Formats: sequence, C-alpha cells, structure tokens
Amino acid sequence: MMADQIVLENIHKTFISKRNEPLHVLEQVELTIREGEFVSLLGPSGCGKSTILNIIAGLESPSSGQIHVNGRSISGPGNDRIVVFQEAGLFPWMNVLDNVMYGLRLKKMKRKEAREKAIAWLKKVHLGKYLDAYPYELSGGMKQRVAIARALVMEPEILLMDEPFAALDEQTRMVLHQELESLWRETGKTIIFVTHNIREALMLSDRIVLMKTRPGGIKKQYDVQAARPRNPSDSVLVHLEQKILVELEDEMEKVLREEFGIDYSLKKNNIHSDSRYDMGGYI
Amino acid sequence: MIWEAISKLGLFPAFLWPPFIVPVEPGGVTIMKTFVNGLMSGQLINATLVSLQSLLLGFVISVVVGLVLGFLIYSSKWIEDTLGFVVTALQSVPNIVWLPLAILWFGLGFSSVLFIVVLGAALSITITSSSGFKSVPPIQIRAARTMGASGFQLFRTIIFPSSVPHIISGLRLAWALAWRAVLAGELLGGGGGLGTLLDMGRSIQAMDLVFSIMIIIGIIGTLIDHVVFLQLEKAVLKRWGLQSNTA
Ligand SMILES: Nc1ncnc2c1ncn2[C@@H]1O[C@H](COP(=O)(O)OP(=O)(O)O)[C@@H](O)[C@H]1O
Ligand SMILES: [Mg+2]
Repeated sequence: MMADQIVLENIHKTFISKRNEPLHVLEQVELTIREGEFVSLLGPSGCGKSTILNIIAGLESPSSGQIHVNGRSISGPGNDRIVVFQEAGLFPWMNVLDNVMYGLRLKKMKRKEAREKAIAWLKKVHLGKYLDAYPYELSGGMKQRVAIARALVMEPEILLMDEPFAALDEQTRMVLHQELESLWRETGKTIIFVTHNIREALMLSDRIVLMKTRPGGIKKQYDVQAARPRNPSDSVLVHLEQKILVELEDEMEKVLREEFGIDYSLKKNNIHSDSRYDMGGYI
Repeated sequence: MIWEAISKLGLFPAFLWPPFIVPVEPGGVTIMKTFVNGLMSGQLINATLVSLQSLLLGFVISVVVGLVLGFLIYSSKWIEDTLGFVVTALQSVPNIVWLPLAILWFGLGFSSVLFIVVLGAALSITITSSSGFKSVPPIQIRAARTMGASGFQLFRTIIFPSSVPHIISGLRLAWALAWRAVLAGELLGGGGGLGTLLDMGRSIQAMDLVFSIMIIIGIIGTLIDHVVFLQLEKAVLKRWGLQSNTA
C-alpha cells in the first residue's frame, strides 16, 4: 500500500458573499489521498470542487481545519503541486515554448536546460511542431496540452486538474483522456481531477469522491476497480455508473428544489437521456 | 482652391489671409514660401527641435513616473484610496491652469513647459496603467502563482506584460496630451520652440508664419501617432492575440 500523501482534516471554508453574508461552501471535509493515486472529485457545479482543489493547491486557505502534504502543513502554492485549469490560462504574449519554460525560469534554471526540458515535454504531448506558435493560434485541445506540459515540466509530485477538458469537444476529450492516462502511468504522479462528468471520472480514476451541496462536502467514495487502459463498456464501470447515478439524482433533486423553491421532482422514468451524465447545467 | 480664391479676392489683407501657393502680386508672401524659407533659414527647424526635445524628455519622465505611480496604486488599497484619489482629482484640472504656478516656481521657459507636460501625461499614464494592471485576467495570475511566482516577480513577469496592450493605448493618449501641453506651455510660457514662435508670428501679424507653424504641428502630431503608436499598437494587439488575425 502506498503512503498517504495528502490529508485533509475537518476542513471548513466560508466565503463572504457580495451582500456580506457568510456562505458555507465546505463543511467538515475529510479526505486522504495516497501517493500515485488518480482521484476524481465529482459533483454538480457549485458544490465546492474547485474550492477543495484550490485549498490543496495553496491558492485558497481553509477557514478552519488541517491540510498536510507529505506530512507537512502547507501555507501557500508550491512546486510540488501544480494546477491545470479549465481555461488553459496560457500567457498570450509568450509562445508555446516560453509558456512551458516559464515555471523553470522562475526556479532560475539555466535557459538551455529549461529549453531542453520544455521541448521534451511538448513532444510528449505531441506539440513538438508548435514551439513557436502563440496561444491564439492553437485550438482548445492544443492549449490544454500546453497547459499540461507546462505543469508536468515542473515535475510536481501532485497534479491538480480543475475540469481541464470540460470546454473541449467530445472527440478531443477522448483523445486527451487516453493521453492523460498513459502520462499518469508513465510518471506515477498523484492526480486529483475535478469533473462534473461521470463518465470522465469513471474512465480515469482509481477512486471517485462524490460531493454533495448545501453545505458542500463529501457524500460518498467509490473505488474503481476496473482494468486499465479503461474500456467504457467494461461491466464494472457500467455497474458503478448506475450506483453513482442513483446517489446523484438525490443530490440533483435537492439542488433543483432549492433552486426553484418548489416541490421539484425528477421524473424517474426519464433518467436514460444521455445528458444526465453531465451535470454541468443541472441537467 | 477656396482658400486661394478668398486670398485673391482681397476680402482680407494678405497678412491676415495669405495665399497658399500662388502670390497675389509677383514676389508677394505665400504660406508655401514662408514655410520653405523658414525651413531653409533654420528658424522653423530649430523651433521644431526645441519643441520635440521638450516633448520627448517630458514624455519619458511621464512614462517612468506614471508607471511607478500606477504600480503603487495597483499594489495597495491604501495608496489607491489616497494617491489614486489625488491623481483623479488633479487630472480633472486642465493642465494649462498650472502654468501660472509653474512660471512662479520655475520661471518662464523650458522647465515650466516640462512641468506642464509631465503633469498632464504622467497622470494619464498613472490612471491607464493602474487600471491595466487591475484588469489582468485572474486565471493568468493563478497559473503563475501555482508555478511559484509571487510578489514583485509576479508583477514583472505576468502582470506588467499582460497589461502592455492597455498601457500602449494609454501611452498613445498621453503622447497626444503631451504634444498639446508642449505647445500650450510654449505659447504662454516661452521656452523657444514652435509655440513661442507661433506667439511671435501673432505679435508681428505674420499669418504666413503662423500657418507654417500650424502645418508643422499637425504633421508632427499625425506622423508620430500613425507611424509610431498606431503601428506599435497593431503589433502588440496581434502578438497578444487580441485581434482577429483575418488579415
Ligand atoms: N471567492 C469566492 N467568493 C465568494 N464565493 C465563492 C468564491 N469562490 C467560490 N464561491 C462560491 O462557492 C461555491 C463553490 O464554488 P466552487 O468550489 O467553484 O464550486 P465547483 O467547482 O464545484 O463548481 C459556489 O457557490 C461559489 O459561488
Ligand atoms: Mg469549479
């Protein structure tokens, strides 16, 4: 068994809303992630997935609770934990190569060495031909590849991904799933992957952390014991998908009921439409 | 054409409405002739150089002062509430209003002109740059922070370059303000230069000289705006990917 790498104990997070009211986004979150594990945080939008990820990244601090990474309490962002965001967040005035070299140059690595490393990673994400291109010349999928290379070149132990493929088309997303899975197997990084897409979570993760809303927190966790590389028609995945959907429907109903303030109820016989796998827009 | 016709009709005396190219009587004054003679004798060229010198020096000082103040206002809420307020208040006063005070402090001439220029342009750059720094997309800042950037390094490597397009448009505006301030300052506060020459032309009622100077002022303003700033702005927008590159 691998060692526990990230430990969240009794994390609470309260934001102050624009109208000066406290907004309890996370309550009593307990989560332990082992070294080399691929974990998805799954849940409808607004349930606090990004908040948990940002707390682990050190971009936000918890209102209360403890967070340890490799046994040490964290106090800010660090090179051991790099985030890939949904909007790639590339720097538009830098070409692809300079974007990927950015973090290395911050670490005062020599230009030549940084360049070699950056090129090696860009080749791994199949962008060896685009070193001189500027972000506005790239497609959405290519931008995310650059963002992934830019994160991995830092050799973080932990890769934090916040809906990195949510804005991409289905085909591109499937290709990137495969590539991410093989990068993960090759490098042995710990990956925490935020998504609101059940199938994405099933295809990629060792473990799925299902989240709940109002207050936000962890509802249930599922180990995904299917063979890799994953096959969408694997019976283990199909079975697990049904189990998670049942839980999610409860959660969605709760959200909708609060949203519309009426006795809203999902039609149980209507749950086979494909859209419910994607919880982005509350179905 | 209309201009020439009016000057020929003799509605106004030639010194008030001089013909542009064709003189009224052989060997009489025309704007073209004064323009060329002025250039040849060096009088206009010298005045132009003096004005450009004030403009350039004033502009460079303004850029430095404006960016530093812009950074300070960006970096602290407290400075924003105090200094930011003062800057906005000062900027709403037309800068020529400061001239009497400047003349009391620095005397007639170059320093007073410079003061007026810097006051106008630096305040404008302060405001555009601090708003530029504030409008950097948060995603870029978070991406840089996750890779270990913080403090002034974050400013230097991300926030400043990210706001360059914004700053360039601000500089373009500040340049136009500075050019106006140079001429207004010279016109009223001396210091040589085109403005002073213009005032002299008025006092000796040499409209041909006055028009020649106005032409130069217009040409310099347009030329620098089009050749330097417009091109720079285009290049920056393209590089920053802010313009659809259909061209
Ligand atoms: N900086 C903030 N200030 C106030 N409220 C916030 C802030 N960040 C997030 N929230 C709120 O916290 C809740 C959870 O947000 P988030 O973690 O982004 O959810 P998710 O990623 O699951 O969609 C949302 O209701 C959101 O509006
Ligand atoms: Mg989110």
